[in-house]
Parts: sequence; C-alpha cells; structure tokens
Amino acid sequence: MNALSIQNLTKTYASGAQALKGIDLSVPEGDFFALLGPNGAGKSTAIGIISSLVTKTSGKVHIFEHDIDVEIEAAKSSIGLVPQEFNFNSFESVRNIVMNVAGYNGITRKLAASRTEFYLRRLDLWDKRNAASRELSGGMKRRLMIARALVHEPKLLILDEPTAGVDIEIRRSMWDYLTEINNENGITIILTTHYLEEAEALCRNVAIIDGGQIIEQGAVSKLLNLSKLETFVLDTDKPVQTLPQLPPFTFRSRNDSSQIEVDVPQGQSLNGLFDSLSSNDIVVKSMRTKSNRLEEFFMRLVSQKDGATS
Amino acid sequence: MSGWSLQWVAYTTIVRREVRRFMRIWVQTITPPAVNAVLYIIIFGGLIGSRIREVNGVPYMDFLVPGIIMMGIISNSYANVSSSFFSTKLQKYIEEMLVSPVSNLTILLGYVSGGVARGIAVGLVVSAVALVFIDLKPMFPLITLSIAILTSVVFSIGGLINAVYAKSFDEVSVVPNFVLTPLTYLGGIFYSVNMLPPLAEKISLFNPILYMINGFRFGILGVSDIPLWQSFAVIIVFIVILATVAIILLNRGTGIKT
Repeated sequence: MNALSIQNLTKTYASGAQALKGIDLSVPEGDFFALLGPNGAGKSTAIGIISSLVTKTSGKVHIFEHDIDVEIEAAKSSIGLVPQEFNFNSFESVRNIVMNVAGYNGITRKLAASRTEFYLRRLDLWDKRNAASRELSGGMKRRLMIARALVHEPKLLILDEPTAGVDIEIRRSMWDYLTEINNENGITIILTTHYLEEAEALCRNVAIIDGGQIIEQGAVSKLLNLSKLETFVLDTDKPVQTLPQLPPFTFRSRNDSSQIEVDVPQGQSLNGLFDSLSSNDIVVKSMRTKSNRLEEFFMRLVSQKDGATS
Repeated sequence: MSGWSLQWVAYTTIVRREVRRFMRIWVQTITPPAVNAVLYIIIFGGLIGSRIREVNGVPYMDFLVPGIIMMGIISNSYANVSSSFFSTKLQKYIEEMLVSPVSNLTILLGYVSGGVARGIAVGLVVSAVALVFIDLKPMFPLITLSIAILTSVVFSIGGLINAVYAKSFDEVSVVPNFVLTPLTYLGGIFYSVNMLPPLAEKISLFNPILYMINGFRFGILGVSDIPLWQSFAVIIVFIVILATVAIILLNRGTGIKT
C-alpha cells in the first residue's frame, strides 16, 4: 500500500503564481522519503496540500488510500506534521501544547496524558513540561514539534525542514530518532530538507522538485548511480604550481595551493588516479569528498533545468 | 477513535483551552467589566438615577442594571473569540487544528462555547457587583439565562467572523469600537425607547441589541419595550445567519488557508 499517492496535483495561488504544475508522486508504506528542491520549488506547497493547510487547485491526493476530498477525517488521522516554522501558542505550556493536539485527534485525556509524558521524555523535554513554549531554545522547539506530531501516533510523519537552524548534536540525535521510529515503529517518513547530506544519510527514496515539477525521483542508490562525476579535495605535501593534465581526471586549483580538486568519472579506479599523481611527483597526504554525491547530482539537475529554461 | 466521539473530545479540548486562556489573564478579561459596572451603577444609577423617578414602572437603578450586565456579556463574548481566534491565526497554531481531524463545526462550537463561558462569567461577576446596590432577583430565571446565553452565542460567532477577516489587531478592534459599542449604548441600556421621539424610536427598532437587552430585562424585571417572542426571534435569526456565514468561511478556508 502507498502511504501517499499524488496524481496530477496543481496549485495556482490567488496572485497567479503557479506553485505546482501537475506532480505525480508515490511513497510506499514504511518508506523514508525525501522531497528535495531549491527555495520556491513547491515543496512546502505540496506538503501544505497533503496536510490540508493549503487548498489544491486540481489533482488527487490519497493518504493510505483515503482520498482527502472524500475521507478527510481518516486521511488527517494518519498524518503527523512537523512544519517549517514554529507554530505554537507562545503562552501555552509544553505539556498543554502536546495534550491539546492529542485532544484534536480525539485522544481521551487519560491516554493523552500518558502519551504526552512518553514523547516528552523520549525527546528530552519532560523537564520543560511546565515551561511556556516561548521559553524554549530553537532545538527544544524543533523537538516539541516532533513530540506534538507523534502524540496521536500517525502512520505518516511529514517533516518540513526539521533540522533547520539546529546544532549538529541535536541534528544527529534527531536523525537517530527518526531512523528508529521508521525502522522499529514502521512509521512512513517524508521530509524536505536543504541538507542533502541528511537525505543521503536517512532516506531510501527521493524526489527532486523544481519549478513546480518533479524532475527526478527514485531510490537514492539509483540516483547516485546516475551521477557521472565525483569531486574530491586532495591535500598535497607541497603546493602544486602546475595542475596536471591526466585524462580522464580533471583538476582544479583551490585558494590553498596545497589543495587541489579533482573530478573522477563514475567507475574510474582511484588507483589509476594515484598512479598518475605519483608519476607527476604529487604526494597526496589526505583526501575527502568535496560534497556529498546527492548534492552534486541535485545541483547538476537543477542547473541543467535552469539552463534549459533560460 | 472517529466520528462523533472524536469530535466530542476535540470540542472539549478547544473549550478547555479557551477557558484556560481567559482565566489565565483574568485581570485583563474578568475584572475590567466589573470595574466598569461599578462606575456605571454609581454614576448613572446612583448619582444621576436618583434624580430620575421610574422608567417603565421600575426604579431607574433597577432598570439600568440588566443593561449593564448585558453590555458586559456582549462585549466580552465578542472580544474573547475575536482576539483568541485571531491569535491562533497570527501565531499560526491554528495549523494544529487544521491538520487534525477536527471538523469546522467543532472548531466553531468550541470557540463559541469559550466565548459564552467568558460572557456568562463576566455576567455573573457584574451581577455580583450589582447585588451590592440592588436586590437582584430574576423574575424569570430561565428566560434570563437563555437570553444571556443566546445573546452570547450571537456575539461569539460575530467575533469569530471578525477574526477570520482580520489581518491585524487594529482590524479586530474596529467592529467593537465603531459598531458594537454605539449599538449597545443605543440599545436601550440607559433608557426606554418609549422615551425617544417617534422617529428615533422607529430607527431604534432596527438595532438588534435593543431586542437582546429588553429580553434580558424582561427576564429580570418583567418589563420590556419589546414583546419577548420578538427578542427570541431576532436572536435566533442572527444565530442562524451568522453561524451559516461562519461555517461557509471556515469551509472555504478564508483567512486561514492559502
């Protein structure tokens, strides 16, 4: 069964701006799925429509086979949303915020109280349960939004840039928690993120959206195989004055002359690269990838599209 | 859980949240109407009223008090829902309800119940204050209570419609300042419409608040400028019209969805 199924979804705002131009998307149950795209691509509009915050212009959306036009109550009961912006009552206590959302989902007070305690403890917020939400740090607010989204135990959790503005430690702990609930509880997770490293580390499938259209989708591993180049940064033992000409490798200089960048074609052995460098008296002390592979693939796709439309 | 049981739990959650909100800030929400009531009763009822004999066969102080109570109920029912619903929009936590399976009817009923709770709470506080000055015993308690609650429903729904359209707190205060207050003051709190010149009396009959205040006054004193059935009819017609408008706006997502 698909957790989410979208057919020919369009959205035109009152201003005339066409945010979605007919997207089709399927997310299987149990998947960890990323929706990637540059700012203004249509990610948040798509998520807004799925979660009933935005009115669609046309198209069909099914959540666990519940049509949002027909079975809205069942569809909404299946979804937990972690929005991009903080949207709390700033005067309400942490505990009441989670309890209220449990109530909106029809969970009785007694059960809501025990679930609220469970999720606040799990997300390290129990000590702050009586604090007003405005007193929380940014990372705590992010975690509160996750606790609030999970309190009715949805089958589909949607996170719109969940780790934006949080430090690395909290980001990693959120990654661990999301992976845990996906693996152990079977919750389907859809996230949008600007951190492509995040999508590569967490997700099995991705869709890339740009200009209101899906321009690529599939398994992360499959998309990465489509990537034709990988770029490495090499630290050399001394400054490299003249860049080597060693096809099929392409070298570029960096501001630090003891570092050079090299594009390595997919499938090309790195042994051959080091042999060629050794023969040019270049000694490599260490190396790292310039950026994650998904990011490179993403940038190339988006720039290709921009080039095609300009 | 689904269906009616889900909506019931959601409804009680909204009402509990709304009552908690106005009780948390009771200094702002409950005490000012009590202070106002004391001032009105002392100045108009005591100082000026002592020079007026009777109105519609009752002492002026007794005539005045039901209107003062209704003024508190009307303004506080409206203010509670308009400011609370607008805050949920402004801080975007209305999204908590929009992504949940709460029906729009439940949202409307929840907010209106919160507004009625505050309106009646203020009415009781003002009544308690009035007891210091007069012997306040409603002649028809059921009529008194039903007119108070139904009037509170009218203005709670009105407050929600105002908040749906409002884009700033200024827009939340426009209707209370420039529509509600004048209509309330001209709605027969301080005088009987029989005391007005014929044309002004006829114009006053187009003011719906006149029917509400007189219905309430009838419940307490047994005297009114308006037949009781007309008071109920006007209030119920307004509830039906405003509730229909409110549901249409919520279903369309006016002011709350893009």
